[in-house]
Amino acid sequence: MPPRKSVAKPDLLPDHFLRWFATRGWSPRAHQLALLEKARDDRSALLIAPTGAGKTLAGFLPTLAELSGNKNAAVPSLSPLAGEGRGGGPTSVVLPAIPPSGQPAAADLPRKGGGTKAAPALAGTAPSKLVSTGRAVQRTGGLHTLYISPLKALAVDIARNLETPIAEMQLPIKVETRTGDTPVSRRARQRRYPPDILLTTPEQLALLLSSDDAPFLFSSLKRVVLDELHALVTSKRGDLLSLGLARLWKLAPDMRAIGLSATVAEPDSLARFLVPQPVGARVSADIVVAGGAAEPVVEMLDTKERLPWAGHSARHALGEIYDLIKANKTTLVFVNTRSQAEMLFQDLWRMNDDGLAIALHHGSLDVAQRRKVEDAMSAGKLRGVVCTSSLDLGVDWGDVDLVINVGAPKGASRLMQRIGRANHRIDEASRAVLVPANRFEVLECRVAIDAVAENAQDTPPLRTGSLDVLAQHVLGCACGAPFRADDLYDEVRSAAPYAELSRVDFDDTVEFVASGGYALKIYERFARIKQDTSGKWRVTNPKVRQMYRMNVGTIVEDTMLKVRLVRGGSGKSKKGVTGGLARGGRMLGQIEEYFIEGLVVGDTFVFAGEVVRYGSLVEDQVYVSRAHDKDAKVPSYMGGKFPLSTYLAERVRKLLDDQRAWKGLPDQVREWLSLQAHVSHVPGTRELMVETFPRADKYYLVCYPFEGRLAHQTLGMLLTRRLERARARPLGFVANEYALAIWGLGDTSHMIRQGRLDLAALFDPDMLGDDLEAWLAESALMKRTFRTCAVISGLIHTRFTGEEKSRRQVLFSTDLIYDVLRKHQPDHVLLRAARADAATGLLDIRRLSDMLTRIQGRIVHRELDRVSPLAVPVMLEIGREAVYGEASDELLAEAAEELVKEAAGFQETGS
Amino acid sequence: MHAETITVDMSTVSIAGVTLAADLSGALYWEEQKLLVVSDLHLEKGSSYANRGVLLPPYDTIATLGRLGAAIARHDPRIVIALGDSFHDRDAHERLSPANREVLSALQMRRDWIWISGNHDPALPPDLGGTVADEVAIGPVTFRHEPTGAAGEIAGHLHPKARVSTRGRAVERRCFASDGTRAVMPAFGAYTGGLNIRDAAFAKIFQTLGFVAHVLGDRRMHAIAASRCC
Repeated sequence: MPPRKSVAKPDLLPDHFLRWFATRGWSPRAHQLALLEKARDDRSALLIAPTGAGKTLAGFLPTLAELSGNKNAAVPSLSPLAGEGRGGGPTSVVLPAIPPSGQPAAADLPRKGGGTKAAPALAGTAPSKLVSTGRAVQRTGGLHTLYISPLKALAVDIARNLETPIAEMQLPIKVETRTGDTPVSRRARQRRYPPDILLTTPEQLALLLSSDDAPFLFSSLKRVVLDELHALVTSKRGDLLSLGLARLWKLAPDMRAIGLSATVAEPDSLARFLVPQPVGARVSADIVVAGGAAEPVVEMLDTKERLPWAGHSARHALGEIYDLIKANKTTLVFVNTRSQAEMLFQDLWRMNDDGLAIALHHGSLDVAQRRKVEDAMSAGKLRGVVCTSSLDLGVDWGDVDLVINVGAPKGASRLMQRIGRANHRIDEASRAVLVPANRFEVLECRVAIDAVAENAQDTPPLRTGSLDVLAQHVLGCACGAPFRADDLYDEVRSAAPYAELSRVDFDDTVEFVASGGYALKIYERFARIKQDTSGKWRVTNPKVRQMYRMNVGTIVEDTMLKVRLVRGGSGKSKKGVTGGLARGGRMLGQIEEYFIEGLVVGDTFVFAGEVVRYGSLVEDQVYVSRAHDKDAKVPSYMGGKFPLSTYLAERVRKLLDDQRAWKGLPDQVREWLSLQAHVSHVPGTRELMVETFPRADKYYLVCYPFEGRLAHQTLGMLLTRRLERARARPLGFVANEYALAIWGLGDTSHMIRQGRLDLAALFDPDMLGDDLEAWLAESALMKRTFRTCAVISGLIHTRFTGEEKSRRQVLFSTDLIYDVLRKHQPDHVLLRAARADAATGLLDIRRLSDMLTRIQGRIVHRELDRVSPLAVPVMLEIGREAVYGEASDELLAEAAEELVKEAAGFQETGS
Repeated sequence: MHAETITVDMSTVSIAGVTLAADLSGALYWEEQKLLVVSDLHLEKGSSYANRGVLLPPYDTIATLGRLGAAIARHDPRIVIALGDSFHDRDAHERLSPANREVLSALQMRRDWIWISGNHDPALPPDLGGTVADEVAIGPVTFRHEPTGAAGEIAGHLHPKARVSTRGRAVERRCFASDGTRAVMPAFGAYTGGLNIRDAAFAKIFQTLGFVAHVLGDRRMHAIAASRCC
């Protein structure tokens, strides 16, 4: 399909737009015109387009065309605000914008004390801009278009890109950004004198909606443009955004939405996000699909080296990766975790005899450092960037000619989005090379390449909105204006993720916001919101507003500590936490607190591209020194963030099941599978294969569910409980993306033979009943999940006003709250929210449940006398990935044992 | 070269020649005196936060009293000492629910009850039952809220907790800190956090790292050298 087919539809684009396109040697693309058509027909639309398709311009064209109006009428005139705080940079000159003909200017909503008179000048083609300021004075114009992006960097970038057409066509349009970095003075000015187009983030939208300026700002809103919608909707930020949209529809009933998205599995359900959902029915926005993307060229690295059995480093292929970077102009090297990025970068640097400009980019690096890399990249100064999903989205990188994906692709859609980062031009094929790090990953890469060729998508389904986010929103609504519960319930259900919200859940959430929602009604006098005599809920004191505004948002990060590089001491300091190291030092970036807590002074790990030695922790500063070791002692500080998608897992199982398809695999892998078929069994598509065998002085049980590490970890926790009860004396387990291995002192093979262990009963889905409940009571992962809900819902605050102590000092332990609440009110709304999260999040219970149901009656057991070829990879994880169950007594007992030995030693020398 | 087997009794703490049983709940029991001591109950901490807009679940008092009741039932002591900071703030006792007040009264029946004053609750009213005191000395042992480091002292106030790390994994739990001459008790309250025993505050009490953390595990106590903790 010719990519730049000119479709002349002069009625859709004003002449001067067409002329502008022509001067650039462009013509509007079909999907850009399609969106103009949807706008003309007053329809909301979802644009699905690959990267490089001119998606963003497509999203803004309807707005630009509308606001440009009749160009001849847009005579620059003195701004009514002249002389009044015009410090907004080059776009601050306000030109009169004319409402498009046939569309009346939005009616002004009543303002507190302001009356509802329209300014007399509004008749005819008068400016729709502000005429005055101040609370009690008439104001006449709010925003026209709101643009929301998941990344503030993206919003800033888009603003820059919009300046070009606006300047070149001399459009009378004012564009501004509003992010967490926007100065307070400018934010205040934006609320009084809004621009035509405001570019912002979901959190800033929530903040604006909670202010009493919201009706003024938004009632004139014509359009909202949601960028990277596919990425936004998969998280709680998407929930927050959906509730914000519901608010906007209420304030501006004529507002239409444009969603911009990469290709997704269920476009219809994504399109629901863009239109208010009526009660009891499902409606979707129109869908526009941009065609014309060239097929990507994806191949798997045909390594000359020996393929490792396990691990994720892909060290075997380093030389080949380096040669690829050398042979291309600019290469993006994607890996799955920060620690992999660190390791790979370091290895590449070590072999970089040609002095290639290779950089590192991931979310934990210092912001200044990241910006430097991004700028160098845009300027074309880099040959390669090793990066994580921090570069999955957003900013245009210019001329990337190759994407290398190291390790497992995890999901087909994810891989396609990454591949799309190469060659941001729609009509040229993106090139990508997949580098599997081990044999199982070869299978995953193979099926992922097939999926890309078929354009098969596996993005997750639309979320069910969570109650903790709803709680935050309810408080935000009350901060804006008093609300009636019935009205807000209806409004909230117009947001697609909350369309099915029950009244009980809603009422419980409101009760929670008001006074905690406890069965013991003793906090009424401390209520944050209360019903007035007319039945409206209103905020009880201004502090509530302040706390809401400080803590808005859904991104709850692990407590992060700042890592500083100082000149090395011995690293063996025994002087307690403050150690003997110098203070100050260069900031390397941030690291999760829980990772540091797992370290002992002197341990080495890789960070910011270097092996460093942990020296000390002082408040929120971690002091490290350069270590000269080649390998770090503590290998990883982040497991794989994204589990293998259900879709790819299914395809891997099919590939295993189909011996003829093994032809397409590298020799080493084919031989591995053939050997497995010979000595044990290769699991069939629907089967769960279980192998049991002895090794050294222990007995192993290995199963292959292919459901991702998170679900396997949960399964491991539950199975060890059951094996404990069956007296199989389990000692520990380890999980990877494909398999789970449990070891213990009891001879499981013998027990199965004797009928003392029944595999069907062991894997019975009823483990998701009492066993799950018992485990959830103490699970650290569940406690982390609860903490997130407690923070988002506003039960506890992580940000305080200036006078208080640092966050690390005031952080209340939510683990204690969890224990008490679980015992005394197990059906509390926050526990319900946490359980809903556990179904899909860190515990992946739903996937586990689906698997257990699927494999009922299909368990295939092989009793072996030694480890099988297929089991080798997961067995090799033992010791690398320490998962010993959640019971802490073992670890403590081990430390206590040392004291006993010390005491014994003392006795010996003393005697 | 056969070393005599040394058994470190995991469940006792010795102070100035007196041996006390360490209860997994965080209480100490002195068998000879039939005396149970608990520290830093911080009752009504939940409602104290609620008063400042943080609506923590209001079940901390009943949870704490429940665990205290279980410890009392296990040992049936003649004397109970609450070693200070029994209430989270000066007004906390006024917020005790009638039901919780009854639970407390029931626990106080048939035994002597001593409230040691703490910095959070320096002026307890007489109507709570029991006796209020700044410190209590029994034989070689002195019970007071804030540790001074004196020999024979059993104190609270610092909320000791210990962290142990192995192979990239860490466990953190409440603990008793003791060097055989003095001891600091863990906080007993359901909402009480902790202070790491490697903090400078403990160095002031014990001078060296030659003390032991008696760590409250999930199912049993663990005696771990303070130098092994991090």
